[in-house]
Amino acid sequence: MGMTMTEKILARASDRDQVRPGDLVLAKVDFAMGHDLTIPPAGKIMREQMGAEHVWDPERVAVVQDHFQPAKDIASAALGRMTREFARDMGIKWYFEVGQGGICHTVLPERGLVLPGELVVGADSHSCTYGALNNFATGIGSTDLACVMALGELWFRVPETLKFVYHNRLGDWVEGKDLILHVIGTIGVDGARSKAMEHTGEALKHMDMEARLTMTNMAIEAGAKNGIMAHDNVTEAYLRGRATRPYSPVQSDQDAAYERAFEFDAEAVPITLAKPMSPDNTAPIDEVAGTRLDQVFIGSCTNSRITDLRKAAKILDGRRVAHGLHLIVKPSSHEVARLAEREGLIRVFLYAGGAWTTATCGACLGGHQGVLGEGEVCLSTTNRNFPGRMGDPKALVYLANPAVAAASAITGEITHPGDVVRAPVAV
Amino acid sequence: MTTATVLRGRAWKFGDNVDTDQVIPAKYAIYSLDERKLGEHAMEGVPGNDGGWSQKIAPGDIMVAGSNFGCGSSREIAPIAIRGAGVSCVIADSFARIFFRNSINLGYPILQSPQAAEAIEEGDELEVDLEEGVIRNFTRGDEYQAEPFPQFMTDLMRMGGLVPWVRRRLEEQRAGAYPAPPRHPEPQADKLGRAEGGGG
Repeated sequence: MGMTMTEKILARASDRDQVRPGDLVLAKVDFAMGHDLTIPPAGKIMREQMGAEHVWDPERVAVVQDHFQPAKDIASAALGRMTREFARDMGIKWYFEVGQGGICHTVLPERGLVLPGELVVGADSHSCTYGALNNFATGIGSTDLACVMALGELWFRVPETLKFVYHNRLGDWVEGKDLILHVIGTIGVDGARSKAMEHTGEALKHMDMEARLTMTNMAIEAGAKNGIMAHDNVTEAYLRGRATRPYSPVQSDQDAAYERAFEFDAEAVPITLAKPMSPDNTAPIDEVAGTRLDQVFIGSCTNSRITDLRKAAKILDGRRVAHGLHLIVKPSSHEVARLAEREGLIRVFLYAGGAWTTATCGACLGGHQGVLGEGEVCLSTTNRNFPGRMGDPKALVYLANPAVAAASAITGEITHPGDVVRAPVAV
Repeated sequence: MTTATVLRGRAWKFGDNVDTDQVIPAKYAIYSLDERKLGEHAMEGVPGNDGGWSQKIAPGDIMVAGSNFGCGSSREIAPIAIRGAGVSCVIADSFARIFFRNSINLGYPILQSPQAAEAIEEGDELEVDLEEGVIRNFTRGDEYQAEPFPQFMTDLMRMGGLVPWVRRRLEEQRAGAYPAPPRHPEPQADKLGRAEGGGG
């Protein structure tokens, strides 16, 4: 019996020839990540409770200041300091200071730290993002991270794999975000609970790495353990000049066993939004167009990479944000911010009347810089709209792609980008 | 730390897909290292629960939830906040995987039982036998069986979670039981068993 790529990675990492769904394995970890909310508890557990003095390999750990940094209040400053001191004491090679990294899930791929064939864990649920680069990547807790940092290994249950096949190409204005929202709307927020989502098919071949990262990023919104894609020439082009280590891609065997396969006609997928209060409460744009908005947030590890900002800027160029609406633009890394500066995108956002902010998680998790008040309505390029995610439990959040966000910021209501500009933006 | 094997308390009911932002809103992540403080704000994000829920909890009370409990973020402060509020264990139709992992790793008892999640009503008097995986409902005179977890997970929960497990492994490492750093640990997978359901 053949294996899926998820099974192959877990088999290799646990020194076994074969694993099957349901097996519990102890696996070596190739790369681990923690941030300013998860490193303080993980570091404390590792050192004070587990009694480990060092991390197993300081070159295989990234520590990123991104959630509540630059410190949003006094308590966050203490977490930032603990994170900084842990990285210093442990000699962590990949420490990203405030102003130098950005959101962990953008930083790790762009710095070539998470590679094909690898087993990657991060103490953050959106660590599944990295799977677009043909690795097994999953979110873990702080005690898990303490275990990994102490030993370089962790227990896993080998997941069943669900296969998602996307035929044909996505239509105009329809992006990776729309496709993954459409999938989550179809299978539900627990539709892939604890399972692997393997994405395949014609549509992916025409999607750039950033659109792919958006899709694997939201595997967790379907409850999945990981999202994964095959290695191809898009992967290779992305990794050229970035990869920090040699790597070995994996492919699923022809006779690999899938629990179930889902087939989609990508061409028929509409621009898709998630309505309040759940990512699976999806609707085509026609159904929600005209909904009045108080805030538009373009940010997060889901949809604020350079191609996302280019698409938004092309629509906002020479236009103004609607009276009374606040637009917040948050690049997902400082590298993205530098590119945006070089390409003149920041100027576009500023002159359109948007608030350009620094690269952090910010309002996505109701942290800072755009937290919503009671009854406020927000259209956001982020990943979750459960009650209270971005602030008050009575705030209403719609999830959408960046072009829809930009168009809606101009009109003050949910708007098809084609109603603002004539043609889709080539980036 | 090991937990008592028989727990008794009143049931507090929650629905399906209760996510971690409802269990403990992200703004309280600044109290990550303070279980008591987290406990004070447990379940505050559930619409209609405008704070003060944890004050109603008597030590030992039991949470009963629907499917996919604890979905959303990876924050370990979700089970910690529930424990900090005085809840002795969580019974659910099903758990989201990171919440499930985190609970096992903390040695915090969770039980998966669709039957119990369906039948139990708020305020019911319950007794949970962790050894047997049996949930008794004194109010309704019912008894429900929880789905068994694989041996490795049960052992982890019983020994108090991942901390003592890692301590032991580090001691083995120091004693030279296997080479350090353990980049190539001896495969123990067969001893860990298999799991038909559940998270992890």
